[in-house]
Amino acid sequence: MTSALDDRPIFVIDQSRCIGCEACVHACGECGTHRGTSLIQLDYVDRGATVQTAPQVCMHCTEATCAEVCPADAIKIREDGIVQSSLKPRCIGCSNCVLACPFGVPKYVAEFDQMMKCDMCYDRSSVGLAPLCASVCPSDALWYGTRAEFEATRSGFLENRYRFGLQAITTAVFTVSDTPLGDLIDVMAESSDAPWQDDPFALDDASKERARCD
Amino acid sequence: MAKLPVTEEALMAKFGPHLNVAPPGGWNAGLDIDKEVKTHCCFCGQQCGIVLKVKDNEIVGFEPWYEFPFNEGRLCPKGVKRYLQGSHPDRLLAPLERDESASDGFREVEWDAALDRVVSEIQRIQEEHGADSFAMLSGVSLTNEKSYLIGKFARLALGTANLDYNGRLCMASAGAAAKKALGVDRAPNPWSDIPLADIVFIAGANIAECAPITTSYIWRARDNGAKLIVADPRVTPLARTADVFLGLKIGTDSALMGTILHILIERDWLDHDFIEQHTTGFDAAAAAVREYTPQWGAEITDVPASRIEEAAELWGTSATGMLLHARGIEHHTKGVENVLSCINLGLATGKYGKPGCGVSTITGQGNGQGGREQGHKCDQLPGNRDITNPEHREYIASVWGVDESEIPGKGLSAQEIMNEIHAGNIKGLLSICFNPAVSLPDTKFTAEALDKLEFYSVIDFFMSESALHADIVLPGSLHEEDEGTVTSAEGRVIKINQAVSPPGKARKDWEILLDIAERLGKKSLFTYDNTEEIFNEMRIASHGGTADYTGITWQRVEDEMGMFWPAPEIGHPGTPRLFEGGKFFTDDGRARFIPVSYRPPAEVVDDEYPIWLTTGRVISQYLSGTQTRRIGPLVDQYPEPLCEIHPNLAAEYGISDGDQMTVTSRRGSMTLPASVVSTIRPDTLFIPYHWAGKKSANQLTQRALDPVSKIPEYKVSVVRIEKADGSVAVTDERDMELTDGSQA
Repeated sequence: MTSALDDRPIFVIDQSRCIGCEACVHACGECGTHRGTSLIQLDYVDRGATVQTAPQVCMHCTEATCAEVCPADAIKIREDGIVQSSLKPRCIGCSNCVLACPFGVPKYVAEFDQMMKCDMCYDRSSVGLAPLCASVCPSDALWYGTRAEFEATRSGFLENRYRFGLQAITTAVFTVSDTPLGDLIDVMAESSDAPWQDDPFALDDASKERARCD
Repeated sequence: MAKLPVTEEALMAKFGPHLNVAPPGGWNAGLDIDKEVKTHCCFCGQQCGIVLKVKDNEIVGFEPWYEFPFNEGRLCPKGVKRYLQGSHPDRLLAPLERDESASDGFREVEWDAALDRVVSEIQRIQEEHGADSFAMLSGVSLTNEKSYLIGKFARLALGTANLDYNGRLCMASAGAAAKKALGVDRAPNPWSDIPLADIVFIAGANIAECAPITTSYIWRARDNGAKLIVADPRVTPLARTADVFLGLKIGTDSALMGTILHILIERDWLDHDFIEQHTTGFDAAAAAVREYTPQWGAEITDVPASRIEEAAELWGTSATGMLLHARGIEHHTKGVENVLSCINLGLATGKYGKPGCGVSTITGQGNGQGGREQGHKCDQLPGNRDITNPEHREYIASVWGVDESEIPGKGLSAQEIMNEIHAGNIKGLLSICFNPAVSLPDTKFTAEALDKLEFYSVIDFFMSESALHADIVLPGSLHEEDEGTVTSAEGRVIKINQAVSPPGKARKDWEILLDIAERLGKKSLFTYDNTEEIFNEMRIASHGGTADYTGITWQRVEDEMGMFWPAPEIGHPGTPRLFEGGKFFTDDGRARFIPVSYRPPAEVVDDEYPIWLTTGRVISQYLSGTQTRRIGPLVDQYPEPLCEIHPNLAAEYGISDGDQMTVTSRRGSMTLPASVVSTIRPDTLFIPYHWAGKKSANQLTQRALDPVSKIPEYKVSVVRIEKADGSVAVTDERDMELTDGSQA
């Protein structure tokens, strides 16, 4: 992204701040372009082991795999880089995009026989309003604003380059890392390395006087 | 005669909870609206600003209120979907009278008939058994004006001492401790102080799920370099990111804080000037923790000594710091002591009255702060005055235009009222926005008590599980159907604006109370044409009290998007941060160190009940669930209670994720699916408490109370468990619905 575009708002996902509340999931279903259908994925990474959750909006790839594999040319990319949801008259419901997206974002919605995905709240972002999910997020895990605002108020480094096997991808949506990572994003590796994390209740702590049951 | 009139199944078929899943007209109706109303979320004490969209006197959607300074548009899922409580199929639209011959147990009656019946029963019971044999229970979802009105109504119209409120189940321990040590019961800081703290210490507060917007303040602090300590028996979503995690055994909070105080003293991480100039009682508090070495603390709390020392060092050596606590340390038979042990840490290090410094409760209920100031507590008069203080009584009597002797004395607290109903000494009850059948501990006992009432009337907007026991149900108003003020967790007085009018024959709560007062012959004491008039009388009543609203006007609250009390005169700017310059609200202006010695909880594990149980909330539900169990998308998110259990403990009993398990305490037993997670202590279970009947966690909890705050010990019970038959799938049904087309 060039400096001339620096005053344009960017969308940032910081998974490490996600508290799993699903405010974004519910707010997405209130978006004027697809009201009643939420298109955000929010999943526990491994609930048995951790409360870590990860929200997934469309990453709006520069070279969008979903659009490239669409046999019906139903997925269009706006001038500002936003990859739109499928065009209803064109979408044939084949789910090529669903299978191809490296981030697992597009969903085939049977009720409408159409692929639907995040369009960055077109009804809002096109008139200067923040997307609903980033508006409501209680922990700012989803965030919308300019790069300058991000740098003035938040810690961490913006990242938008990924490698999936042989495929390199650059996205309009950013994630955050504690230190600059190069071109490989590994979300799990970003979680805090506080020493207690391996053993929250010190079950293997030999120094601890264990007095269970009284 | 308060037994259920017909079967529970028949009542549920009629009154719900049913689910509202879409706005009026459906999802495709569009957002063609008549008006937008700036107001606040009806749920927790954060009181987030929100814009409600209104069409044809119905709320059809929301928009973030970006300008409101507390939340700047942010909302949790309850806030996003709050609008679905409107236009709800379960909404009570007319007064109901119990009728065992009716198929659904109740028949509609006219307002006059309903109110006449209520008043005649009040008069009959009080004539036969005395004034205090009729009790009232109130709620802190209600505005300041309603809280004030109810305090006056119960004392002067009903003439009963026995009025209490459900804040007794929430902030009572924090309030009592703060009054004792600091002379005032209010959060010491505006939340804008949190980002200024170098250390944030969270004790017994599941902030991510119970005060979600506060998460953003803590991240702002951490963006500024702050460290985070979390003390909790579970790795909650915010605890997951902590720098230091203290996974303590439940019921040992004051031992943990006492150990930290011991270390602060030992290492001389004290603010001697502050202690000397602004406090009293340090030596006694220090003496109480003399033996509380890190090794002792580790033994009691089951947290490694090194982690306690690390936390003490972070708290003791940081120039600024905020300690935030909530029900996790307050719902105890020593809730007040737990809070005092936290306050001692703030006083010892001088962390009061300065930017980024404070020890604060996170108030839970919507008007939990304001509701505990205006006089509907059993021991309190408006302005946070003491009902046993002769001067306070005289002043309020002068505001009310009555003789001091006409104001009854101190009454019983909420659980004690239920105990006296069970004992047969209290015969009649009027409740408003309080669902004791779900929210009080030991639900079997509560149901037995409600069955013994000679007369029970409920004012509410949905048929709560308690209302099912009532003789007369009066349809009151939802949050968005009336205007008024509430005071948020920060101490910020804000304006609730009316978006729609009550549907059907439902009426505003305060109008119902005025009508009852009139029928009781007390009309002259209750002559208000609108809520602003009640507010203005409340301001006068608060004048000179600690919670002084004198300078807070209807217009300024609206114009300034909230004002912080105290504001003791007109034109006063309000007081966002308390205790500046080390000035406390006690008689001598000094804060009190109060010695806290650790003592065990009311119940401890034994051979028969070898496992600890604690209870709490989930993000998508709110308190007794009267509202949130009726909002479809919130129910879908977490449909029923699960029992969190550590894999080590689960393995001992052969329990796998999703298996049904039976949990039994001395009070009762329930069977529910297991959620096997290593984010909870291996000696402890967690069950959320939002559900009724067989799904109620309070079947297991006990009625043991804190001797001062009278809060029940929801956070500590002991149980035994066994694997039960059956299991549930542990998938999220919603993922299936989207792709198979079954979504509504």
